[in-house]
Amino acid sequence: MKLAELFPKKFVITSEIGPPKGYDISKCLHEAELLKGKVDAINVTDNQSSVMRFGSLATCHFLKDKGLEPVYQVVCRDRNRIALQSDILSAAAFGIENLLLLTGDHTKLGDHPQAKPVFDLDAVSLIHAVKKLESGEDLAGNKLDGEPPKFSIGAVVSPCSEPVEPQLIKMEKKVKAGAQFFQTQAVYETEKFVKFMEKAKQFGVPVMAGIVVLKTVGMAKYMNENVAGVYVPDNLIEELKKDKEKTKSGQTGIEIAARLIKELKPYCQGVHIMPLGWDDKVPKILKLAGM
Amino acid sequence: MIVSQQKPIDEILKMLEGEKTVFVVGCNGCAEVCETGGEKACVELKQKLEASGIKVVGCTTVDFMCNKLLDSLKILRHKEKIDFADSIIALTCGVGVQAVSSVIDKYVHPANNTIYLGGFQGTWPSQERCAECGECVLDLTGGICPITNCSKSLLNGSCGGAKNGKCEIDKELDCGWEKIYNRLKKLNKLENLQKFTKLRDYSKMFPKTELRKSMFYDVEQEK
Repeated sequence: MKLAELFPKKFVITSEIGPPKGYDISKCLHEAELLKGKVDAINVTDNQSSVMRFGSLATCHFLKDKGLEPVYQVVCRDRNRIALQSDILSAAAFGIENLLLLTGDHTKLGDHPQAKPVFDLDAVSLIHAVKKLESGEDLAGNKLDGEPPKFSIGAVVSPCSEPVEPQLIKMEKKVKAGAQFFQTQAVYETEKFVKFMEKAKQFGVPVMAGIVVLKTVGMAKYMNENVAGVYVPDNLIEELKKDKEKTKSGQTGIEIAARLIKELKPYCQGVHIMPLGWDDKVPKILKLAGM
Repeated sequence: MIVSQQKPIDEILKMLEGEKTVFVVGCNGCAEVCETGGEKACVELKQKLEASGIKVVGCTTVDFMCNKLLDSLKILRHKEKIDFADSIIALTCGVGVQAVSSVIDKYVHPANNTIYLGGFQGTWPSQERCAECGECVLDLTGGICPITNCSKSLLNGSCGGAKNGKCEIDKELDCGWEKIYNRLKKLNKLENLQKFTKLRDYSKMFPKTELRKSMFYDVEQEK
């Protein structure tokens, strides 16, 4: 099922899982199965935060086997244009239909800071590469054997960044290159998001607002200090501080996430929930948000 | 010694699309040795530009364009003419283009591609860096190099990882693409950011056979 074809029909909900460090992925697949029937598709992160893990492509393949719809995340940090195109062709053979194409974090942020960062392509040129493959040619213009692949191409944008104009410029570039839907960085400021969407709607592509479940006060403060384009307002931090037990149990985070979904829903075409390990809380969030 | 090669005249003319007047400045350092800077190359380029209908309002050379102090002294002397021109075209290496760009609020087009460091590096006393990529993109980025200023050397805009204008790998490091964005905004050239989906041609980083046959390569061969 291609996500891009789903948007005109419904408010699309996706979530995300991160493969483990090791090859026993039963826990990760179990977490994904908890979401079966509750979300439209599940993103599989690609060596998230530059930390070496089990592969995104193989995890997507396992999800497909279990009857779940994967979104194959592909970053440009670890592979050059030859390897990227090769893996994307492999994904097509596995029946993977949705891609999320990103530049990726720098190697210095992860657990192998000595590694060579590749970035032969970036998010925009990777989208261009996939479109080339879909046209029956590779990036160098050589003809592909057999049927060309066909994907639903996703990209990311950071709507609460300051300044936001470079984000909009790059979003337009991604749309021109062939992006069909967008997932956003975590949103906590509804007003900023609404303003962003007023400008972004001219591009005519569906946008899924990013929801990251707040686990602790420390996490909120850490994101404010360190995570690009993410600002948790003081009132939410106060809410997390107020009832320590409730926050610890995850209930406060669930309530905030559900409230954000309700507030953002009229302005976007879907939500992408990033539970960061709290996968079991996603069904509760969706229920509370009235999804 | 930084070795550069002049861009094809068609590429230079394409950069100048929509412009009528330029000021030409050439470097008397490494670029003069490569015949891509210095007075001779400036005069030749001037003739080519004027043959294509572009008016050259003035022309000067700087001994070492990588030196911003020398750039300021020499170029500001011609400020009146430069103000009158649509842009500056610089016959120098990638460092020289960035150095000139940083001393004057005028759009600077690179006339050359910087290919490699033949011998020892030119000593420039400041922070501009050139990666000798062989396909200079400074024309699109307002004289700030994305290859050396962005920690990921991205060509299509910021990665989204910068926070408060600083790079995701180092809070002390300015985001190169945010600098480019601010520069283009100041010079009213933001549309440049939409211009291309650029793919780098890494094969251009290696000197071509014809270049390897010239200059210092020859000297070494004779030994």
